[in-house]
Amino acid sequence: MCRLWCCLVAVVAFCANAQAADAPPPPTIVLASTTSVDNSGLLAAILPEFTKTTGITVRVLALGTGQALDTARRGDADIVLVHDPEAERKFIDEGYGVNQRQIAWNDFIVVGPGADPAHIAGSHDAVAAFTAIATAKASFVSRGDRSGTNALELRLWKRTGVDPKSGAGSWYKDIGGGMGAALNAAAGMPAYTLSDRGTWLSFKNKGPLKIVVEGDAALINRYDVIELNPQKHAGAKLAPAHWLAEWLSTKPGQDAIGAFRLGGEELFHPSAANPK
Amino acid sequence: MSDFATLSDAFASRELWQIIALSLSVSLSATALAALMGLPLGAALAIWRFPGRAPIVFAANALFGLPPVVVGLALYLLLSHSGPFGFFDLLFTPEAMVLAQTALALPIVTALAHRAAAERWSEYGDALMDLGASRPRAVPTLIAMARIHMLTAVLAGFGRTVSEVGAIIIVGGNIAAYTRTMTTAIVLETSKGDLPLALGLGMVLIGLSVTISAVAFAVAGRSSW
Repeated sequence: MCRLWCCLVAVVAFCANAQAADAPPPPTIVLASTTSVDNSGLLAAILPEFTKTTGITVRVLALGTGQALDTARRGDADIVLVHDPEAERKFIDEGYGVNQRQIAWNDFIVVGPGADPAHIAGSHDAVAAFTAIATAKASFVSRGDRSGTNALELRLWKRTGVDPKSGAGSWYKDIGGGMGAALNAAAGMPAYTLSDRGTWLSFKNKGPLKIVVEGDAALINRYDVIELNPQKHAGAKLAPAHWLAEWLSTKPGQDAIGAFRLGGEELFHPSAANPK
Repeated sequence: MSDFATLSDAFASRELWQIIALSLSVSLSATALAALMGLPLGAALAIWRFPGRAPIVFAANALFGLPPVVVGLALYLLLSHSGPFGFFDLLFTPEAMVLAQTALALPIVTALAHRAAAERWSEYGDALMDLGASRPRAVPTLIAMARIHMLTAVLAGFGRTVSEVGAIIIVGGNIAAYTRTMTTAIVLETSKGDLPLALGLGMVLIGLSVTISAVAFAVAGRSSW
């Protein structure tokens, strides 16, 4: 019995100690972000500066946009950085998010095999290219994961009037995976797929794939930071999360984003002042 | 050759050593927890006859193939801030990964420990009881008698934990410098298309796991059994 009490006292003392140690918490926030800003190395390049100036550590969960927003809905993230305008609007309309700000933009591209069976290389019209892919029944890899890229892909198919599901089991391959998995699959088949430029440039297993369509206004890729609504997320660390949103959308963060280079290219164009 | 350079770069970076350290500490902690519970439980299941014993033994054996991704998902829902245990604030921490891997290793350790203990108990159980041992005292005795088999049980549990990715990537979140392990780093590098680096990390992981098993057997082999 005595030992039991000793254990209890030890546990209570430990908890109290842990609480006391927490008193001035070195704030740590969880950022649910889209994979492209993390896999391309952008966040790893800019977040240390934020941590240095504010003392706030940012833990990055790299997820597809749909999953990132769901993680925040469940209260498991403190802030989100995503790129799907429609899903973001829903997130805000449902009352989960507030204070949406665009911090950067770049673009999507269609990549495909060098042999180009749908004859679309050099095109600047994504919808026409998709139509040609469907007509040629050329292999196309879809992410099928409710990511921002997947959402844009489905919007493009809608504009072609082709139901890609009609190609399921033959030319339309829904792999249900991230951008990297989709590019690996497309390189292996080979097949066409829609990619964000950031992941494409940092991707190392391109195989026979080349950029076939770029420069269409429909392919613009906007990255938004969204803070969480205190009414719905009382438990989230909203104050340090707000500092991150501020930092990303003001000069220090914007400069850091603009200074990030991959293979000599400016990959993310800061756009907080002039949203695209 | 350039591929090899990337892996040697990885070795030179502190990040890789952090990842290796986290992998080992998570998997070894989970294995230790599973051993602390599973070995006595396995022995107890061999010694005591009670209603419900057979279903427990059956469950432990059946759960050998517990899918990590399902364990990860269930634990995610439990630890989520909108779940029942969200107030512990454990989601996306190394502790959550230890919990997940413990759940995966426990059935394996328990079932294998039970098998080894049951064999010894049928051989020496009567003798032990005649010598005046009580059943509770027989638990550590059985574990000690079958220690090489118990070690196999624990190493099987370790093999399960160190190699799995499905559970920890869900409850850990693969956060750089915090919850990124060897297996989740391999998934990440594969998704970045850096297949040589991913494969290199895989080789390192296999090397580590083989080394640990070899050391464990060498140590056990030195003490007589």
